Amino acid sequence: MSNVGIVIVSHSPLVAEGTADMVRQMVGDEVPLAWCGGNGHGGLGTNVEAIMGAIDKAWSEAGVAILVDLGGAETNSEMAVEMIGEPRAQKIVVCNAPIVEGAVMAATEASGGASLREVVATAHELSPS
Amino acid sequence: MSVGTMDKTGTMDRVDLKALISATADTIAAHADELTTLDQAIGDGDHGLNMKRGFEAVRAEADTFAAKPLPEALKAIGTKLVMTVGGASGPLFGTLFMALGKEVSTEPDRANLAAAFGKAIEAVAARGKSQVGQKTMLDVLQPVHDALLRGKTGAEITDAADSAADATVPMKALRGRASFLGDRSIGHMDAGARSVALLVRAVVETIKGHA
Repeated sequence: MSNVGIVIVSHSPLVAEGTADMVRQMVGDEVPLAWCGGNGHGGLGTNVEAIMGAIDKAWSEAGVAILVDLGGAETNSEMAVEMIGEPRAQKIVVCNAPIVEGAVMAATEASGGASLREVVATAHELSPS
Repeated sequence: MSVGTMDKTGTMDRVDLKALISATADTIAAHADELTTLDQAIGDGDHGLNMKRGFEAVRAEADTFAAKPLPEALKAIGTKLVMTVGGASGPLFGTLFMALGKEVSTEPDRANLAAAFGKAIEAVAARGKSQVGQKTMLDVLQPVHDALLRGKTGAEITDAADSAADATVPMKALRGRASFLGDRSIGHMDAGARSVALLVRAVVETIKGHA
């Protein structure tokens, strides 16, 4: 698929999955989408390996936008991008946006064939600067 | 393999990396509840358990790490911590070890170790988008680096680490979950700072014990 992919990373698998459901409701299968949440041991948290897996699953040559909730999700996502490395890393952006609104808005933008830069900009519009 | 460290007089002593792995995992395991309690007060309360999981994962593969040259061993340990600790501590402590491995020589003297440690602290600061004075692990790492640079003894280095961890108590948190609490973060020790102080003591005492 040529549309930008969306990855949702929450500390809670329920939040991540619920957010993904809301994205699907808007865009169906027009956007590569993956989510992950939880520390991999049944608790709340985020996990680099799971994030790398989600990026693989939602991978698009047009790029991937990652939506995160709290600090650890952002730090772990940035670590995951670094571990994936170039050349793919330059096509992955961790967005600074509220996770639910950001994911839905970014995915809607992506479903129209927008570039990664446009998708990320749409998500960032949701954050007070 | 062994880690060479230079004491103040320039004498090289050699320490088994396996002993260092075991000592760091032991101290984290022994203090896991304390770290969790610190983190519960002003964070999400997972620090002790997360750190224990990570350092036990490193311990489980100690033979593999110890078979590598020091830089590669540290990078591999850092990667293991990134993958197993979870929470923001995973990337932060993992980055510390990975960056240390990138900068350190195979048999470092004190100057190389201090320089590598300085670079590793910069990497942690970049990863956490943080700086000294924000009630984080950096508030212990930096004084330890200063003590290393100034040729302090092992005992002075561990004292500096412990005092620095204590000094996070009156600080207001400006990064991480604790920053959500604003002024209410004052009066509690930062769990990450405490972890660094514990690790520093374990490393120094292991090296001293082998001298």
